[in-house]
Amino acid sequence: MNTQEQVGAEARYQAALNEGRFLIQRCEGCGRHVFYPRVVCPHCGGDSLAWVEPKGTGVVYSTTTVRRKPEAGGDYDVSLIDLDEGVRMMSRVEGIAPTEVKIGMRVRAKVIDNKGAGLVVFTPEEAR
Amino acid sequence: MSLADLRGKTAIVGVGLAGCGEARGMTDMEILAQAATKAVADAGLTMKDMDGLCTANLMSAIWPLNVVEYLGLQPKFVEGTNVGGSAFVAHQLPSMMALATGVCDAVLVCYGSVQRTGTMGRKERTAARNVLDPNPYEAPYQPFNPPSSYALVAARHMHQYGTTRRQLAEIAVAFRRWAQLNPEAFSREPLDIETVLKARMITDPFTAYDCCLVTDGAAAYVMTRADRAKDLKKKPIYLLSNATAVWHRSVIGMRDLTVSPSKESGERAFAAAGLGPKDIDVVQVYDAFSINVILALEDLGFCKKGEGGPFVENGAIGPGGRLPVNTNGGGLSCVHPNMYGAFATIEAVRQLRGECGERQVKGAKTAVVNGNGGNAAASQSTSVLATAEAL
Repeated sequence: MNTQEQVGAEARYQAALNEGRFLIQRCEGCGRHVFYPRVVCPHCGGDSLAWVEPKGTGVVYSTTTVRRKPEAGGDYDVSLIDLDEGVRMMSRVEGIAPTEVKIGMRVRAKVIDNKGAGLVVFTPEEAR
Repeated sequence: MSLADLRGKTAIVGVGLAGCGEARGMTDMEILAQAATKAVADAGLTMKDMDGLCTANLMSAIWPLNVVEYLGLQPKFVEGTNVGGSAFVAHQLPSMMALATGVCDAVLVCYGSVQRTGTMGRKERTAARNVLDPNPYEAPYQPFNPPSSYALVAARHMHQYGTTRRQLAEIAVAFRRWAQLNPEAFSREPLDIETVLKARMITDPFTAYDCCLVTDGAAAYVMTRADRAKDLKKKPIYLLSNATAVWHRSVIGMRDLTVSPSKESGERAFAAAGLGPKDIDVVQVYDAFSINVILALEDLGFCKKGEGGPFVENGAIGPGGRLPVNTNGGGLSCVHPNMYGAFATIEAVRQLRGECGERQVKGAKTAVVNGNGGNAAASQSTSVLATAEAL
């Protein structure tokens, strides 16, 4: 019996983010990138997934502005980002008004501190 | 054996609704039991005849046990798979198999929710679900779900195919016009396109009118084998087919935001029924949001991919239009107690029985029901129903 505590993919992903590092996975079986992190590859079923650093660039696949009262923090963006590695994630595009986030916009990832936990958000590439 | 072998072997023989709109002072189970009692009586059967049960509830992972105990059942067949709001359409295939093989003789499919007036409201229920079933890759970004996920779907469809907010508004207005013909509908005041377009945004491109109602309501129906159905009280409505497709859990897993699993469930259901979209008299689709209707019409083949917007223009799916869709007023204007699949099924049965009064589609002999489940069209279940004449 193995009594050693393991570090699952979900915990490892968050631990890296907490250190400011954004990592995704790449399947050593089929070569495809995987996100969100898993212990098996959803493409080929392989269980050998390596952690890799993505380029951090991608494109907005879809976007919505969630409307919120100004006293509660105001409107904010929720977007789906297609990373150049071919995986999609939910995130937020910052640095511009939420209604100015457009499908097709090139964006770049950064890791921010969100109440003590690392979180990936994006900014428009041209704004950097 | 194949799915087509089940064609017409079973029928829906009893339906019942209870607590629709507001059921103040009642519980999920109490209105479920009221709807179940009505459905059983409508079939001319008794609760003791129900030796099969299908049910699910978002608040309990083992809800069939609760229902068995409350109704005093002792079923030989129990199905509690919860694939979201499409569950009560998806329950049909296992029921068809259980009935056709003689595992049981009568299946009660039932659901109830008092999410509008209950002591634990929608907000509290959503918070509890987020604790029990977390999604760490979405939660930190605070999507207002489910609306935000479907808004992302709509935004992508608009980007890719030029679908407009006005076309989405056409859907809300069409269903409101149906609701005005349905005395049981919750929202019946007049609604026009300009009002929808000028309403406050909730999560772009949706205003409140693009989002389903938050009501109470319970729905139940009884299925039995075709040989038994003929001798019962009401005209049997035959199940020609049912097929379910589940492709993902949430919007981050939806590969192409403009194509729903209805593409697959619809193809399988139509093939087994031996019918196509052109043979269908009345359509009941799960309209959690306006965009669901466009996806369903396209993916089921009522129009080509990307042409759902133009298809619904000029009142085409409202009363007097070319294709009657959601004749009760749908989730947008009739009733939406969290999971709507059973309500869509019951409206199809009522139309095929000819019980729909002012909103009756004259001579309707065939119907399609399309269930939708999850935060982003994750599960879809399609059924083809018909009267004896269209068997």
